[in-house]
Amino acid sequence: METKLEADLVQVVKNDPNYQKLVRTRSRYGWLLALAVMIVYYGFTALNAWDKAFMASKIGSGVMSWGVPLGLFVILFTVAVTAIYVRRANREFDALTDAIHKNAAAAAQPVAAEAHVTQPIKVRA
Amino acid sequence: MTKTTRIFSYLAAAFALLALAGSALAAPDLGQATKQATNWTAISMFAIFVLLTLFITKWAAKRTRSASDFYTAGGGITGFQNGLAIAGDFMSAASFLGISAAVFLDGFDGLIYAIGFLVGWPVLTFLMAERLRNLGRFTFADVAAYRFAQKPVRLFAASGTLVVVLFYLIAQMVGAGQLIKLLFGLDYWIAVVLVGILMMVYVLFGGMTATTWVQIIKAVMLLAGTTFMAFSVLSMFNFSPEALFAKAVEVHAKGDAIMGPGTFIKDPISGISFGMALMFGTAGLPHILMRFFTVPSAKEARKSVLWATTWIGYFYVLVFIIGFGAIVLVGTNPAFKDAAGKLLGGNNMAAVHLAKAVGGDIFLGFISAVAFATILAVVAGLTLSGASAVSHDLYATVIKKGQTAPGSELRVSKITTIALGIVAVLLGIVFQSVNVAFMVSLAFAIAASANFPVLFMSVLWKGCTTRGATVGGFLGLITAVGLTVVSKSVWVDVFHNKAAIFPYTSPALFSMTVGFLGVWLFSVTDKGPRAAIDKAGFEAQEVRSETGIGAAGATAH
Repeated sequence: METKLEADLVQVVKNDPNYQKLVRTRSRYGWLLALAVMIVYYGFTALNAWDKAFMASKIGSGVMSWGVPLGLFVILFTVAVTAIYVRRANREFDALTDAIHKNAAAAAQPVAAEAHVTQPIKVRA
Repeated sequence: MTKTTRIFSYLAAAFALLALAGSALAAPDLGQATKQATNWTAISMFAIFVLLTLFITKWAAKRTRSASDFYTAGGGITGFQNGLAIAGDFMSAASFLGISAAVFLDGFDGLIYAIGFLVGWPVLTFLMAERLRNLGRFTFADVAAYRFAQKPVRLFAASGTLVVVLFYLIAQMVGAGQLIKLLFGLDYWIAVVLVGILMMVYVLFGGMTATTWVQIIKAVMLLAGTTFMAFSVLSMFNFSPEALFAKAVEVHAKGDAIMGPGTFIKDPISGISFGMALMFGTAGLPHILMRFFTVPSAKEARKSVLWATTWIGYFYVLVFIIGFGAIVLVGTNPAFKDAAGKLLGGNNMAAVHLAKAVGGDIFLGFISAVAFATILAVVAGLTLSGASAVSHDLYATVIKKGQTAPGSELRVSKITTIALGIVAVLLGIVFQSVNVAFMVSLAFAIAASANFPVLFMSVLWKGCTTRGATVGGFLGLITAVGLTVVSKSVWVDVFHNKAAIFPYTSPALFSMTVGFLGVWLFSVTDKGPRAAIDKAGFEAQEVRSETGIGAAGATAH
């Protein structure tokens, strides 16, 4: 079994403003994007179930129907939204996580703790 | 000659003999699906693939010593490699042949089906991937049981894993048998036994390292092959999709109906329910979740899902084009049809026939080999995840209470691998005539209704307790299986009753609700001493899941 985190270290991390910022921002962002994916996908599914005529209707004078580009859009959207999340996480969330790790490591060594006062870091949004 | 080298040369020889025996026995047609003439190009290409993977397994065997090597390749796979391996795990033969066949038959409906398999990935990325990596080590039960009493939650997680793995395994085994009979002209049982033996070799000797590389190679082969096919099809229409679709509408029996939704979504509830099974099932598939523990950090876990989503999305676009290409190039060519005008070998062969139409016999051999390799890779991943659930969750934690002698856990997972291999071969032979697509969607529905709610609630909801997770998880599991039994696919088609008790295609909407409500209800009413410990443990779990402080990194080699 792995060791569980020490109770006081947990408190140190929880009190770190970087941690509070990370948890708040990341979870709000994650839920927002997850909601967007669900709206797009269940919207697409609902159109296929309730308005088959619209999905089959022609865009121009050719055979191309609305359904095909909408379906391809759902695929592109799925990949794009994942990329958008990962991009922000790589830039912003990782910087916050690194700062939290540093502060936690400093707190774990009382001598060094003086030098590393828990400080919020500036992150490019 | 070392011991492993000797074992591998025996295996190579045994494989060659089996292949020969298979082709010698290939003459009488025993199965219900038509068997093709023995296809030597395909067999040689597949033999090359197998030799390559055996060589990799031999290399991986040298690096597989500890339990961590066996379960997670020592946690040393990069995000890019893992992304390809996840894609390799996920793009099964059912996806490639099944979805291209769906497009070939119904056009647009096939696209609806494909999209369902993709949309679970972002949700998994945003809400679960990093947290999973930070909390878990070998199996998803590590995460689900993190702050709970180990025994009941791991018992549930292992049951959820084994049920999903078995249904998925049956689907792959049956798919393999049918495919090989058609592609290589070998008998059904030979194909199933071959798959069983090879998968045991990969997992037993090479563990996660070999399994990962088999999946990566297969993913690259499949993506390269399908890219070539889609490119060839489009080039015939000067890269104008409109021209391709116009020709398809002109020659297809259903005419213009292939450009819009048909009968795939029967009613809104079935549509939403099926969509939920696919979307949330992805986040509950044990062999997929296990892949997150093969990378060194949450950052790499996140990168790997982005790569996986990109490859899988790209693949489904290709498959859609391939399906339409098959309508035009295969559907109109009498050479691919029997006397009754049906496609040779059944509709699942649409993509395979298209391979011949665009690339001749050599490319047909390549695609056939890829299709078999696909099944092999998926089956190896499934077996590894089933074996880990038995050895790591049931044996080490539930039976031995964490007090295992060094090496004994690894020994149990190897014994389980052999047992699972034998069970998979037997089930594959018994369930020969089962509908492959149905089994896969059932596995997704169970994963969405049992594994996903427990994982989700235990990680994100403070109030979740041991009792809530265990009872709720089992309720979701039982409801998903129960509703499937009384639905048309089993109640009418297997038991020959007149009408189905449960009228919808997929149970997920209802069974997932039962799973979540169960976890909630049996948690909030839980006032025992254990519940207090469970809730008190949330803070520490949350800190680790969000930051990875205290999480296991990669082990040095």
